[in-house]
Amino acid sequence: MPPTLLVIGEVADGHLTKLSAEIATLAAGLAGSSGGTALGLIVDAAPDGAAAELAAYLPRVVSVASAAAADEVWAPHAAAEARRLLDEGVTHVLAGVTNDGRDVAGLLCGALGWGVLANAAGATWEGERLVVEAVVLAGKAITRSTVDAPSAIVTVTPGAADAVGSGAPGRVESREPAGSPVVPAARVLERVAEAGAEASLEEANVVVVGGRGVGGPEGFELVDELAGLLGGVTGASRAAVDAGWIPYARQIGQTGKVVRPALYLSLGVSGAMQHRAGMQGSQNVIAINRDPDAPVAEIADLFVVGDLFAVGPALSAEIRARRGG
Amino acid sequence: MRILVMTKPVPDPAANAERLGPDLRLDRAASPSVVNGNDEYGLEAALQLVERLGGEVAILTMAPAAGVETMRKALAMGAMRGVLVADDALAGADIPTTIRVLAAAAATQEFDLLLGGLDTSDGAGGAVTAGVAARLGLPLLSAAALIEPDEAGRTVRVRRLSAKGYDVLQAPMPAVISCTQVLGTPRYPSLKGIMAARSRQITTLSVADLGGDLLPGGGQWPSRVLGVQPPPSRAAGRTITAAPADAAREIADFLAERRLI
Ligand SMILES: Cc1cc2nc3c(=O)[nH]c(=O)nc-3n(C[C@H](O)[C@H](O)[C@H](O)COP(=O)(O)OP(=O)(O)OC[C@H]3O[C@@H](n4cnc5c(N)ncnc54)[C@H](O)[C@@H]3O)c2cc1C
Ligand SMILES: Cc1cc2nc3c(=O)[nH]c(=O)nc-3n(C[C@H](O)[C@H](O)[C@H](O)COP(=O)(O)OP(=O)(O)OC[C@H]3O[C@@H](n4cnc5c(N)ncnc54)[C@H](O)[C@@H]3O)c2cc1C
Repeated sequence: MPPTLLVIGEVADGHLTKLSAEIATLAAGLAGSSGGTALGLIVDAAPDGAAAELAAYLPRVVSVASAAAADEVWAPHAAAEARRLLDEGVTHVLAGVTNDGRDVAGLLCGALGWGVLANAAGATWEGERLVVEAVVLAGKAITRSTVDAPSAIVTVTPGAADAVGSGAPGRVESREPAGSPVVPAARVLERVAEAGAEASLEEANVVVVGGRGVGGPEGFELVDELAGLLGGVTGASRAAVDAGWIPYARQIGQTGKVVRPALYLSLGVSGAMQHRAGMQGSQNVIAINRDPDAPVAEIADLFVVGDLFAVGPALSAEIRARRGG
Repeated sequence: MRILVMTKPVPDPAANAERLGPDLRLDRAASPSVVNGNDEYGLEAALQLVERLGGEVAILTMAPAAGVETMRKALAMGAMRGVLVADDALAGADIPTTIRVLAAAAATQEFDLLLGGLDTSDGAGGAVTAGVAARLGLPLLSAAALIEPDEAGRTVRVRRLSAKGYDVLQAPMPAVISCTQVLGTPRYPSLKGIMAARSRQITTLSVADLGGDLLPGGGQWPSRVLGVQPPPSRAAGRTITAAPADAAREIADFLAERRLI
């Protein structure tokens, strides 16, 4: 039987996330190469906009207007809607490697007992088996793995595919919510945004990152200034986050966000494996570090040995001068 | 408060020597074993809650018999007893099997809160804690940055990390919580703790002890690693050691060449 792939779409500020668009492209490709089909699911209090966006990639999108999603946690509701679609022959469920996506994957795995292919950076068919490639052990190895069963849950990392629409918008089907979440859904009493939260790291074209070397919260003023000049967003290493200099939402790496910008510029970051896990897909990497032996040299296109408090302001002045004249 | 914390032994990330062996499974001999980081943050939060509210912190591990060594580290931090599910039939267990076994083992215990990590530093699937919640039919409060139980009200509040900051969640207890680094730095075991850990009880259970059909495939997992390769190496870059103003010019040239300014 040909496969049916279900994409769990995620919504941020009313729009489909970039990662969901990438996963939809991946799924559409997998459906095309196997004679199968792909469909998408959007569960949100106001799903229509994101559902239409997802339909740019997939022939069919199920859009569930879930009032509960506004004041309860999302994953148990999304998992319930996904489970309802299984009756229509879904063989593979694809979700993003985000807190919400992994919650859905875990809830469905617990409820269904399906195998999980975690952290897919790419996927292909080998015969009837779906084989995924995953970067594992903080980037130390790449595995190819599969589930020897007709069905599987796949979690997908950013960059597994470039988001490309199908050219023919799919059909959006609106549905009433199933009613009961797969586990009792916790209530959301409040949603708190931290300073600087408007700018999405994952979607930024330029990311400027401060590490322990910036020395304190004040050090991030320089990082912010460069980010501003370059039209980018500020990120941080875990050492800077653990020190309390900047919120966790800014952390890049294995236990933080995964970024793939055109430019990644770091100041005072050593380049530990766990940090690289979140930035190695960057197109251009510049690192400023006073230690000529810092491991970040291995991955930098341009490795600048120097004091960030001297090179940083000089770079800022240079960019301003070029813009001014 | 009765808190059960799921603690997985993982290769010590500090040794930076994690690798897969020729059997394509984790080479456990290549690195010393420690409690998974996120589980330790959960354990620390649990210990602080019980210090304040009274009660008990227990740990639950699924691992080969040698897993008791790593469990002693958690007991030395202050956990009062441990439950280890050790069974040769579980070697190489995949995510759904791990979920089934941990959920069945948790169900033999009484708890108000069941804590797990958001993910591990070895397998990094990030699905087990949510899966256990689904098996047990309990509320899931994931990606916790702060845990505040209200014993009288029988509810728990959790700050859940979101893309922009955090959400404040509330659910009735018992509940399942997945834990993150933002909960705070775990304590070092005191000498007294290390001594006490030696006499704390670790109950070992087999799959048969847990009952039910936990290994439907008869111990054959459908999830398999087919092959492993090293990551591609990045082309060597250029190093600049010039004085700050010259270095800045070179960076700006690089940016201009690539149309980034
Ligand atoms: C399970 C696990 C998960 C992890 N997840 C993450 C993660 O998601 N993200 C992450 O970032 N880390 C993560 N880490 C931590 C990681 O291993 C490193 O400890 C961390 O990335 C180090 O941060 P850093 O580079 O800022 O600090 P350091 O390693 O201390 O490096 C600071 C650098 O700044 C340089 N420096 C200092 N002063 C100056 C100056 N004036 N001018 C120029 N250079 C200067 C130094 O030479 C040094 O290279 C994780 C670790 C574990 C065990
Ligand atoms: C590099 C690598 C890749 C892997 N990829 C896959 C894959 O794609 N699919 C698959 O099915 N399996 C995979 N595995 C096997 C997987 O690691 C194991 O099934 C493991 O038992 C649970 O998965 P996890 O480490 O991803 O847990 P996570 O879901 O990341 O763990 C979350 C939390 O669950 C709890 N927990 C998990 N395991 C235990 C345990 N043994 N004892 C106590 N608490 C525990 C901890 O609190 C932990 O923090 C992989 C293993 C490795 C080493």
